[in-house]
Amino acid sequence: MDYLDTLENKSVYVIREAYSRFRNIAMLWSIGKDSTTLLWLCRKAFFGKIPFPIIHIDTTFKFKEIYEFRDRYVKDWDLNLIISKNEAAIEKGISPTKNDKFSCCNSLKTEALKTTLKQYDFKALLLAIRRDEHGIRAKERYFSPRNINFEWNYANQPAELWDQYKSKSVTEEHIRVHPMLHWTELDIWRYIQREKIPVVGLYFAKGGKRYRSIGCETCCQAIDSQAENIKKIIKELQTTKIAERAGRAQDKEQAYMMQKLRSLGYM
Amino acid sequence: MELNLFRREKENINIVIVGHVDHGKSTLIGRLIFDTRSLPDEKIEEVKKISRDLGQRFEFAFLLDQLQEERENYMTIDTTQVFFQTRKRRYVIIDAPGHAEFIKNMITGATQAEVAVLIVDAKEGLKEQTKRHAYLVSMLNLEKLVVVINKMDLVNFSQGIFNQVKGELTQFLNHIKLSASYFIPISAKNGDNVLRRSRRMAWYRGPTLLKALDSLALESQEKDRPLRFSVQDVYTIDGEKIIVGRVESGVIKRGESVFLFPALKEKEVKSIRVFNQYKETAKEGENIGITLNEPVFVQRGNIICQGKNLPKLMYKFNSSVFWMSSEPLRVKQKVIVRCATQELVSYVERIEKRINSSSLEVLEDKAEQINLNEVAQVTFKNDAPLVLEEFHFIEELGRIVIEDKSTGNIQGAGIVKFLDKI
Repeated sequence: MDYLDTLENKSVYVIREAYSRFRNIAMLWSIGKDSTTLLWLCRKAFFGKIPFPIIHIDTTFKFKEIYEFRDRYVKDWDLNLIISKNEAAIEKGISPTKNDKFSCCNSLKTEALKTTLKQYDFKALLLAIRRDEHGIRAKERYFSPRNINFEWNYANQPAELWDQYKSKSVTEEHIRVHPMLHWTELDIWRYIQREKIPVVGLYFAKGGKRYRSIGCETCCQAIDSQAENIKKIIKELQTTKIAERAGRAQDKEQAYMMQKLRSLGYM
Repeated sequence: MELNLFRREKENINIVIVGHVDHGKSTLIGRLIFDTRSLPDEKIEEVKKISRDLGQRFEFAFLLDQLQEERENYMTIDTTQVFFQTRKRRYVIIDAPGHAEFIKNMITGATQAEVAVLIVDAKEGLKEQTKRHAYLVSMLNLEKLVVVINKMDLVNFSQGIFNQVKGELTQFLNHIKLSASYFIPISAKNGDNVLRRSRRMAWYRGPTLLKALDSLALESQEKDRPLRFSVQDVYTIDGEKIIVGRVESGVIKRGESVFLFPALKEKEVKSIRVFNQYKETAKEGENIGITLNEPVFVQRGNIICQGKNLPKLMYKFNSSVFWMSSEPLRVKQKVIVRCATQELVSYVERIEKRINSSSLEVLEDKAEQINLNEVAQVTFKNDAPLVLEEFHFIEELGRIVIEDKSTGNIQGAGIVKFLDKI
């Protein structure tokens, strides 16, 4: 097995482990490159037909390309899609321009997800976070419990070794499962290249700009780049000194923003 | 074209940095990623800003210790990882906390690594966690160990002190049957012998830490072991039953006879498949689906085997168990034992030779319980048979974890050294 095969096999093992232990699970799909890769890995794990729903948390502020991509591949890959929206907050007009980013993310993403999880009673949730994305995410486990208020007790996490992951206890609301924790941004692009996984066009440079990380249109900044294809993105990443999430506003509003958001149940 | 790209791929290694609290683990990693220019400028600026906001001096350790609590207390709480590369290899560096109370986080970090770097403060010498972490490196069977003796700047870069600490540690390592590939005198804070050769320690002729890591020869040849395939689940796809799982050891081949454990039934492998592809064989580490030639009841936890040395079914076994929970493990307690995908209820029959995992002192020959950070020989009696192998033969089936029934957390880790010793 080569390096990418090793990464893939570990992820497939974790995905199957989550399904085997909990059955009633779902996957979060932000339509970005990481969660699209996770979706691809899930298709591989289940021989093409994913046996659980895929959740898209829709803040209504996403790029239009994201919605188009979603609707196309839901059909192509025969996905059972759940759209999760905090309708009440959207009606009240919460937005990243009127409110601070912390409240907006917390309300339109975390709160929306809480409602959806409650409605379907999912026992575990697959997410595509990676350790190299953010220092806080580097502290995650493959199976990471969340309590009834979605809180993450980062200071007292369960032990994890030899591919043995914790089971859910009665007091835990759900388990966050992170099958791609060991991948890096560069690994993702190499794998996308090898597997020919489709991704949203925003990642590729147009007019000297591209997005390295995508989410809400209001909170994402494009970076200067000439990388209009995957090969060039890989080359760019090998030399860049800019952080992947440099263009993501919610990480930067204040010190420990990501830690605070995540401890409240953010992804 | 694509193939060439992967052939040029660098070797990948996971390294865990272990050692006593305050001996400089996070500082060393901060130094490594800083000197190899592996961090985005923005990250360094962010840490500088946070240091200023907290009214603290910029610390390399802050590059690693991301939690607010960690920075405010100058202490690593949870394991974390960073990535960097040299011309030869791509590294994942795992930071493990050095406090006794965070041993479970240290173990979580250490079991993801092939190489351990044990850091010892030149001035303080061997401390409680130095020895405990070394013991765990030995127990968890990491492939290689490199020792760095840090804070040489605090002892005037003295060769005498370096030799003294090295001697003491060598003695301890011999005792636990561990040997270090290198002993390197460094100052993580100032960068001596990390990437840059130190002019202040001309007496040291060995490699810098980075050179040493680049030069470690790691096992990559395939081992000749019999087939063990652990069943993770059974899916029904288009009316067909597909047994999914992982090849833990050996090779599985289409058309060959295999034994299903614990049912002890012999069947033939009809097909091996992954998404959109049928395969003739699958090797160690591959996650695959298989079908058998005749219908048979298969479920998660079954082990599919082949070869002359078929495993034994164990109703009773002995394991050296390291305990990671503040809630002790007691004689007569019922616990959940897991080994690969096997999981069953087991009864703690005996606890013997309870030892302190740092001093290695035998605390009791016959014990009623094992406490946090202690090791003991535990005899388990199961409700059902367990397929086990000796750890040195097939590691994947020679290690167990103990799960607490109420929290679902993993509280203990065990190695099965000898199957006949009960």
